[in-house]
Amino acid sequence: MNEKKLIVSKIANGTVIDHIPAGKALKVLKILGITGEEGYRVALVMNVASDRLGRKDIVKVEDRFLSKEEVDRIALIAPTATINIIRDYKVVEKREVELPDVIEGIVKCINPNCVTNQPREHVKPRFKVLSKKPVKLECHYCGEVMGEGEIAP
Amino acid sequence: MRGRDVICILDFKRSELERLFRIASTRFEGDELRGKVVALAFFEPSTRTRLSFETAVLRLGGGYIGFSSAEGTSIQKGESFSDTIRMLDAYADAIVVRHRIEGAAKLAAELAEAPVINAGDGSKRHPTQAMIDLYTVWREKGSVDGLTYGVLGDLRYGRAARSFILSLTLFNPKRVYLIAPKGLEPKQELLERLKLDYELTDLSVLPELDVLYVTRIQKERFPDPAEYERVKGSYKVDLKLLEDAKGGLMILHPLPRVDEIDPEVDRTEHAFYFKQAANGVPVRMALLQEVIG
Ligand SMILES: [Zn+2]
Repeated sequence: MNEKKLIVSKIANGTVIDHIPAGKALKVLKILGITGEEGYRVALVMNVASDRLGRKDIVKVEDRFLSKEEVDRIALIAPTATINIIRDYKVVEKREVELPDVIEGIVKCINPNCVTNQPREHVKPRFKVLSKKPVKLECHYCGEVMGEGEIAP
Repeated sequence: MRGRDVICILDFKRSELERLFRIASTRFEGDELRGKVVALAFFEPSTRTRLSFETAVLRLGGGYIGFSSAEGTSIQKGESFSDTIRMLDAYADAIVVRHRIEGAAKLAAELAEAPVINAGDGSKRHPTQAMIDLYTVWREKGSVDGLTYGVLGDLRYGRAARSFILSLTLFNPKRVYLIAPKGLEPKQELLERLKLDYELTDLSVLPELDVLYVTRIQKERFPDPAEYERVKGSYKVDLKLLEDAKGGLMILHPLPRVDEIDPEVDRTEHAFYFKQAANGVPVRMALLQEVIG
């Protein structure tokens, strides 16, 4: 069976997240809060050949569209991803994920002594994006810099 | 600088710091703060920093309110830092904050309309100390540029050392040697910010130095007490070490010291740390005058 066939059938309406770095598809599903119990029809393809990435993962979800916050979170762990919106079997929109210059609320600061990690203060974490590829974030409050391995969206 | 928050030394331009130094070098008293109230919110105890802020306010004719530790205040009853800052903002023309939590000063600056001055938060930032350190060099050597610096001690948890090292990036030092006991080396994240000629080394570079900045090992910031015992007393500046020093070597220390500088060194031409401590008042006067005067 060639890999073309493995990439399962087309979906009618929904979202195809392509060019996910190999091995990150499950993390993408986690960000979307998809466990399988919600009833969405989901196709997951992992470690297939890609001209651009060598190997890549793909996630297809029927009847599910992404919020901006979800796209930002995907950008954090899969900066190469492209998002295709499908309506009536056709790609109606195709865009690359891109981290905004500032991200708010979706990542926790890794510094336990940071004011954003003090429950009594109710401070929403905020980060300046120092670098997009590789991802590097600087905490707006305490100045801690986090690299790719330290970011848990 | 009117109305401006003072959170991190890197928020300042070199020209702004030099302007501050020029004001500090002529300031002994004034009435720029007459009728003004400064809140000194010390959620974490400090002697030198708090007393020098108090003195600076009084010498400029102002008054102050505040507390010198969280004990005995409504914070102990569970009031949030944010609410305490909002209250002080309603009373005072400026708020000086010291806190053990990192980012506390930045948060205070977002909540308060009055300017906020960071008097040390957590193990990262202590901008007014860095201003005093730079001022002491500028005053004695005529410039911060072109000198060889050694920074000795706890470069991992010490906020004064960290702020001083970062502040040097605003100038053009000839070279910066970072000298730390094992386990107290600066974090990678700090090194990545150093756009200057630096090297991690040991005290053998002493003969090259124009300025030696010594810090104490921060016992209170050690996660593991056994680790503290291990590195405690692993370096000491004494007369024997200074036999190899250059004539004009300046030794700085943000104080308090424990035993990292032998008291015998106090009598030498190299000891500048008491002068440095005294400079806390004129530098903070200059800053307060610029921000709310
Ligand atoms: Zn933080």
